[in-house]
Amino acid sequence: MSIVFENINYIYNAGMPMERKALKNICLEIPMGQFVGLIGHTGSGKSTLIQHMNGLLKATSGALYFQGKNIYEKGYDFKSLRSKVGLVFQYPEHQLFEVDVFSDVCFGPKNLGLGQEEVEHRAKEALRLVGIEDHMFFQSPFELSGGQKRRVAIAGVLAMEPDVLILDEPTAGLDPKGRGEILDLIKQLQIKTGKTIILVSHSMEDVAEYVDRIIVMNQGGVMLDGTPREVFTHTEELEEVGLAAPEVTYILRDLKKRGLDVDTGAITIPEAAEAIAEALCCEIL
Amino acid sequence: MNIIETKDLTYEYVRRDDQGNIEGIVKAVDDVSLRVEQGQFVAILGHNGSGKSTLAKHLNAILKPGEGTVWVDGMDTTDDSHLWDVRQRAGMVFQNPDNQIIGQVVEEDVGFGPENMGVPTKEIWERVEESLRAVGMYLYRKDSPNQLSGGQKQRVSIAGVLAMHPKCIVLDEPTAMLDPSGRKEVISAIRGLNDVEGVTVILITHYMEEIIYADKVFVMDDGKIAMEGTPKEIFSQVEKLQALRLDVPQVTLLAEALKKKGIALPDGIITREELTTALGFEK
Amino acid sequence: MLRDIIIGQYYQTESVIHKLDPRVKLGGTLLYIISLFCFNNFIGYALAVLFLGIVIRLSHVPFKLMVRGMKAIVFLLLITAAFNLFLTPGEPIVSVWKLSITKEGVALAVTMAVRLSLLIIGSSIMTLTTTPNNLTDGMEKMMSPLKVFRIPVHEVAMMMSIALRFIPILLEETDKIMKAQIARGADFESGNIFARAKALVPLLIPLFVSAFRRANDLAMAMEARCYRGGDGRTKMKPLVYARRDVLAYVCIVGYLVVSIVAGRIALG
Repeated sequence: MSIVFENINYIYNAGMPMERKALKNICLEIPMGQFVGLIGHTGSGKSTLIQHMNGLLKATSGALYFQGKNIYEKGYDFKSLRSKVGLVFQYPEHQLFEVDVFSDVCFGPKNLGLGQEEVEHRAKEALRLVGIEDHMFFQSPFELSGGQKRRVAIAGVLAMEPDVLILDEPTAGLDPKGRGEILDLIKQLQIKTGKTIILVSHSMEDVAEYVDRIIVMNQGGVMLDGTPREVFTHTEELEEVGLAAPEVTYILRDLKKRGLDVDTGAITIPEAAEAIAEALCCEIL
Repeated sequence: MNIIETKDLTYEYVRRDDQGNIEGIVKAVDDVSLRVEQGQFVAILGHNGSGKSTLAKHLNAILKPGEGTVWVDGMDTTDDSHLWDVRQRAGMVFQNPDNQIIGQVVEEDVGFGPENMGVPTKEIWERVEESLRAVGMYLYRKDSPNQLSGGQKQRVSIAGVLAMHPKCIVLDEPTAMLDPSGRKEVISAIRGLNDVEGVTVILITHYMEEIIYADKVFVMDDGKIAMEGTPKEIFSQVEKLQALRLDVPQVTLLAEALKKKGIALPDGIITREELTTALGFEK
Repeated sequence: MLRDIIIGQYYQTESVIHKLDPRVKLGGTLLYIISLFCFNNFIGYALAVLFLGIVIRLSHVPFKLMVRGMKAIVFLLLITAAFNLFLTPGEPIVSVWKLSITKEGVALAVTMAVRLSLLIIGSSIMTLTTTPNNLTDGMEKMMSPLKVFRIPVHEVAMMMSIALRFIPILLEETDKIMKAQIARGADFESGNIFARAKALVPLLIPLFVSAFRRANDLAMAMEARCYRGGDGRTKMKPLVYARRDVLAYVCIVGYLVVSIVAGRIALG
């Protein structure tokens, strides 16, 4: 049970003068239940990669297996794939269109051909999961605040009850308050539902605390792949491609360079504080 | 000399229901008085809905005060005979880079402002060139804006305002829609304007890292000015910032966590260098 | 699909034709179209093809680009030809059921097809060698006498140029929204015409909302940059006729005279 990329290549505008290789020989396996952070700067291929997972883009060459089946085989049911792999695009609030919040969230499950009762049940469930209160169900989605709109849009995908949830930069354009809320929400979702979650971001700090695994993309290829701790040891490589490890990693390395015998593996602030305090204690002794 | 001054500025939005009845009144800006001196780099900080954008729109007369007064370079913004002078003195850059570029070629967009002001053709070309050079976009002058990255587009927008020879530039969350490298590009362009060209900068943002270089910071909450001071003074009040649900730089948070562990550190640490030095590890 | 429509697409290269004042190109295209309807004989067509050939050569735009542009109107050409073939009264050649193809019909169908093709290629040269911005500038300047009749020439030109700037942005946005809705199970491809029209609602509403938001932002940005209509505005790139423009006018008028005279002689 997993998503497997086997030598996936994707070329934009193939055969045209503006031809561009967006994905180069991607080989990846994402097991079910994992919480993955997909990092890369704009144009690194991360958005292209996720659009392959639910068949919105078809690889120029290679094979993609979802739960053991090659989705490029003849007669593969893309509609069912899309119900199992939910994709929340960047600025998802731009897709809201219904007269009220509730109807908008119903759109996805309705497209799956479910009965009215089941559709409404799922919509309610999804809205509660994202923390939209009942009294807001029948407001126009256009009257909500930016952060609320985004949560409604996420609920729109959740209501389809996908096994895999992919979120493309879910915090883009939000203020710190909205950002924190969305990230907490995603973490809660993962704990409560145990879904596979792929969080696309260009901010290391956003994902460092939460995810089990980080995949760093650059120029259409996978550059680094491992636990946050492993990935952040490669600060120089990250910087070369315009990304950065969390700020605390740099502070610990600076201290180490200047003579403090400190463990530089920490990635969160409490961990770092702990490590520094410990090192300072030893120094005094 | 104050380039910008507001006194008791209040602005209300009226919310109406379907029938047009008044549902409620939101005080977006509530009794704000502030002063910005010529040549300063001022940051206005606050989360969405704190009233910072409404305040910004008063600074070049897109909105007129409900109560109180706004002066731009000594001119009252409610005086319509000065409207275009106000807009020329205090230029404005907005959040969405796509929705403020009018020209289909970079240089033509930068020329748009001067064209509107009736600047002679020859001088427009000179202004376009110097403005594009100032933001490091001269090499892209013949390109279509659609081919540029977000950060580059925002730099073009800044050049477009710069070409109007303003005394002050108000930037309303210019980096909110950009990725980290785009944000860096834009912030360093803005710092350049202030340092090299001596333009007064008012930067509205919710990113803490961007205000470190400001001379003065105003923090807004619920339409009011909640905090005011130098970045150091602001960052020394970590708890208050967190209560306002604003980000605090990671370095400051780490310093705070260390203090709680009993390590003696000064208040208001905002750079890596400051922290390592304060811990006794100099370069 | 939209990409195949060549009219309105600019081809970037260096050539004499590219450098001409847009007014010359607009006027020239108009005169060329008029010339196509001034004659009806072989010499006239030969002249028109020759003239076009020279201009294409001078423009450095690959001919196959123009041919590709023709594809979009092949259907239109065929319909026109069919109408002419069957509905022109005259001496019948072949008769099928109630329809008959006449000798005059064949002649008319052929001439109309040739005229239309020349017309399309002729006008696509204008758009291929002139940036849309330049073109709107040219139109604004040419139409400016109409201001006397209170026609808002500047505003119309400004609207056109803004529309041109936002078309690619809105196309990209359409693509994004469409993908987002497909990811939510929307189906834009199956069903009858009514089902398909209904399926467009989740695409069109967000698109309109976004277009209005952009329009609102843009209006504010333009005001902030002191935009207050066409009065008192100067131009960064004012249109000034150069020597080559005068020469181009002489060539076009010369061609028009020759083709009319040639037509007369053939008729006479």
